[in-house]
This record gives sequence, C-alpha cells and structure tokens, in this order.
Amino acid sequence: MDKIYSHPKSLHDTTTHYCPGCGHGTIHKLICQVIDELGIREKTIAIAPVGCAVLAYDYWNLDTTEAAHGRATAVATGLKRTQPEKIIFTYQGDGDLAAIGTAETIHCANRGENITVIFVNNGIYGMTGGQMAPTTLIGQKTATTPRGRNVNLGEGEPLKLLEMLAVLPRVYYLERTAICSPRSVLNVKRAIKQAFSNQIENKGFSLVEVISPCPTYWNKSAADCLKWIEHEVVKTYPLGRLK
Amino acid sequence: MKTKKILMTGNEAMAEAAIQAGCRFYAGYPITPQNEIPAYFANHMPEVGGVFIQAESEISAINMVFGASAAGKRAMTSSSSPGISLKQEGISYLAGCQLPGVIINVMRGGPGLGNISPSQADYFQATKGGGHGDYHMIVFAPSSVQEAFDLTVLAFDLADKYRMPAMILVDGFIGQMMEPLVVHSPQSTVHSKSRLLTKKWALTGAKNRKPNVIRSLFLAEGRLEEFNEELQNKYTRIKNKEVRFEADNIEDCDCLVVSYGIMARIVSGAIENLKKQKLNIGSLRPITLWPFPTDIIRKVAKNKKILVVEMSAGQMLEDCLLAVNGQAKVDFLGRTGGGISSEEEIIKKIKSLVGR
Repeated sequence: MDKIYSHPKSLHDTTTHYCPGCGHGTIHKLICQVIDELGIREKTIAIAPVGCAVLAYDYWNLDTTEAAHGRATAVATGLKRTQPEKIIFTYQGDGDLAAIGTAETIHCANRGENITVIFVNNGIYGMTGGQMAPTTLIGQKTATTPRGRNVNLGEGEPLKLLEMLAVLPRVYYLERTAICSPRSVLNVKRAIKQAFSNQIENKGFSLVEVISPCPTYWNKSAADCLKWIEHEVVKTYPLGRLK
Repeated sequence: MKTKKILMTGNEAMAEAAIQAGCRFYAGYPITPQNEIPAYFANHMPEVGGVFIQAESEISAINMVFGASAAGKRAMTSSSSPGISLKQEGISYLAGCQLPGVIINVMRGGPGLGNISPSQADYFQATKGGGHGDYHMIVFAPSSVQEAFDLTVLAFDLADKYRMPAMILVDGFIGQMMEPLVVHSPQSTVHSKSRLLTKKWALTGAKNRKPNVIRSLFLAEGRLEEFNEELQNKYTRIKNKEVRFEADNIEDCDCLVVSYGIMARIVSGAIENLKKQKLNIGSLRPITLWPFPTDIIRKVAKNKKILVVEMSAGQMLEDCLLAVNGQAKVDFLGRTGGGISSEEEIIKKIKSLVGR
C-alpha cells in the first residue's frame, strides 16, 4: 500500500498550545509540508514573530530565531545577506508585520531581499487579549474598539499592506489566501510553495498573506469563523494574486 | 610582524579595525558625528566580500546585525547618541539571546536632539544596560585613534568569547580627530577563518544536528530566573577578568583624578603641568567602563582627594562614589552640551582641592 500522507519531518510531534479553531497550527503544518516537499529542511532558517506564534520553534524542526516585535524582516535581511545559499523565511502576524514593523516590511520589500514572508492576518492582537489590529475590519468589536472599529473616531481603515507593497518594483510575488475550507487550505499550501520556490530560484521578495481564524477573540465558534472569513473578511481583503 | 603607520580619523580607524577583526556585516543609518564609519564600510566592505547596508532606521540596523550575528558572522552597527537610544531594544535582545555584536556610539550632546558637539553623557545608558532587563554590555572607552583601533578588534573578540554585545563608547572628538595609527598587517590580527571561534549555536540550517533555537522568551515557571542567573554569573566572570585601566602614580598621590576618553587626554596635560609645579597628582583612566575598575579605586582611595572629570553632569561620578565607598571625599568637574573643561580649568580645580 502506498503511503500518501504522513507527519512532516519539519514538524515536531508535540501538543499544541494554540486555541481550538486557531489557524496557526494549520499554517505551521503547511509550511512544514512545503519545506519537506522541496527538500530544504536542512538549509532553512525560520524567524518567529512576537505574538501568539512566538513559540513556533516548539513546533518546527528547523533552525529558528525569535525577532523583536516587527523586526523579523530586518533580522531576515541579516541572515540572508550573510548566507545567501540558505532559505530564510519570516512568520509574522498583522500587528507584527503591518503595525509596529511597517517600516521594516516596506524597506525589506523595496530592497527586494530574496526571502519568503508568511503573513498571518487574523485582524486582531491575540497574544495580548484581542485588541484592534491594523487589519481589524470596520465595525469589528475588539478590546480597544468596544463599539466596533469606527473610522469617524480616528481608528483608521483596515490597512492593505499587500496593495501598498504591490507598487514596489523589487517585489516579486504577493498573494492573499485564506483558511476557510479544505479547498482554501490546499490553495494556501500552493501559494506557500510558490513563495519558497521563488526564493530557491532567486526571484526576490515573496509574501503570502493568509487570512486566519481567531475564534477566541472574534467571539465566534470555529465554524462561524470560517464562514465569516468566506463571506465578510474577503470583502475588505479580496483573495488572489496581486503580483 | 609587518606594520605600517598611517593617518586616520578615529571613525575610520574603528571601521578599518572591524574589517581586520573579521567583521563582514555592517548596517547603519546616517547621523553626525559618526558618518565616516558607514562611508568607510560602503567603500571597503565590498573589497573583502562583506555586506554593507544603509538601513531605513537605527532600529532596523541593529536588528539586521542581530540576524547576521545569528548566522554566526561578526557583525556591527554604529551611531551617535539619539540613534543609540533607538537601538536599545535590539541591544537588549542581543543580550537576552546571547548573541555577539559590536556597537559604536560616537557620543554627541543631549538630551533629545541636543547638538553635534562631543559629549560623554551616554555613560549611564552604556554601562547600566540602556534597554530593558538585567543585562550589561562590555563597554570600551578609547582615548586615542590608536586605542580606538585596538579596542575595536578586542571588542569583537570579547563579544564572541562571552556571546554578548560590546560597545565602543567614544566622544565626537575621538571620532573626528586624525592621529597617526600603527596598523598591523591583516595576517597578524584575528582575521583568519581558523582563528574565529566556531559558533556551534549559529543558525546555518539543521543539518545532521538538532535545530538551533535563538530565543530570549522563557515562559516556564522559574526558567527565566535561572537564565538570568546564568547571565549574572557570566557578568561576574567578566568583572573578574576583563577590567582594563591605565594608572599613573595612583598609590601615593595627594589627589587622584579619574577621567576617560578625550577628557583623560586633557587631564594628563593638566597633571604634567602640575608635576612641574611639584604637585603630587595621580591619574586613573578606565579603559573598560563596564566592567568598571572598582577594586583598584577602592584600594587606593583612602587619604586622598578624588576628582572625577567628565563631559557630562556627573555619570561615571556615581561609579566612582560606589568604588570609593565613603573612604574619601569625591569632587566633580564636568561640563555638558559640548562644553569641555580646559587644562586651565582642571588645574585650577585640582589646586583648589590640594590647597594651592
């Protein structure tokens, strides 16, 4: 009998600390499957963010470093420029990549660093208790927008970082994906594989956004989160390849 | 040993020393009075296959250094006071992750934007941690272009040895002034692959070994306290082994003057002058500001006047007070914001202390 599915070698066999219905576990696994399939585990270096996924190194069987909040792409620049033959990827949330690390993200992309960025957008600060993120939807209630995010109160529009990055000539690949169905998960994996393949082929800066559920701070069941992504979040953040 | 004598600014000398010490990664951001450092690297890093990046901010620069250091490479950044404030988060992470890295601070006047005149007002920030958490850097205070060169090489060695950030703390004078410099041939300095420490902890890909993880987050109960104890034990070893200072007539003098960097050069001129007037004055110049030469000062302090001279409102003064520990009266002479005590001012102050 052929073995058609197994635990990825790049993923440790351990218990998850993530909440039920969280998207991080799925995305961690997809990255590990891609790394296994591309045969790059022994030359891949991961950069974990500050946020719920800081403990990614408890799951990944990969050389991994933490980065200060928002600084992952700067750390990636140092790692990649000194070891261009290695595969470097950052794993960042929306607060990390699109708020406190906006400058690092834009300038790393503008330099065209040949790295892979996995941008997990759940529209909320999960680690700190569900505060408004740069990507929080208009009207979405959070710990710091208790009446719903309101642009008329100066709370800003949901930041569309991919659309901002798309104007930079040295950015090679940008795609927005979502976790909302088995089919969408396969699509996330395809995009992640593309982003890593681009780096192997020295194509330049590649970023995959993954819209990911946070049942705990969206105050929804896991199943309702997926429906909400499919029907609501995509209105603000349309899926597909931007570049 | 092949050597050559050249004329260089302190800033250029530190950059050249870094290259000779095997530094192959520099990231920085423009700020006066240290701009000769990034310019030197922009010119010369490509010649040795190294990396120069002008970063979008001081914050990004120190984090690029973090990444290059995590890769096992000798890496550095430089800035001046306001920019060094921005780097504090990254320096704390280097300390917490036990990563080596060299940071040059060519100090200017503060607080805030201050001015671009030489200053020594970042002593507290450099020696007491600067960023968050219980940590230290090894802090070197050169007082000449030659010493700026030599201590930069040493900074890379000790940063690697102890896996921690090290800082070269100079004022704008040392950075900007030109002096003759004896440069050893590269073969005689540490730059050779075999002599660089093998960094088994570096992130190079988990090939034929378990993954290396660089982290400063320790959530399990008691684990962070254990880690901090390890750090403190390391700092104790450094305090025991790495204190460096220059002493002249410190045992039997009537007045001991403590000063560092460019200030110590001016003080030594004043002391020479006073010797001719038959005054018995000693000088102690800390070369490492952390670890501080506490023990030697404590040993010789009794029955003397102690004078601390700084280009600040009195920062090293506090470490001197702790070292003297009440055995003698400690006086202070300092100016701020670009003001520099002249030889005449120092002579006048010393004379007032010894009753002449």
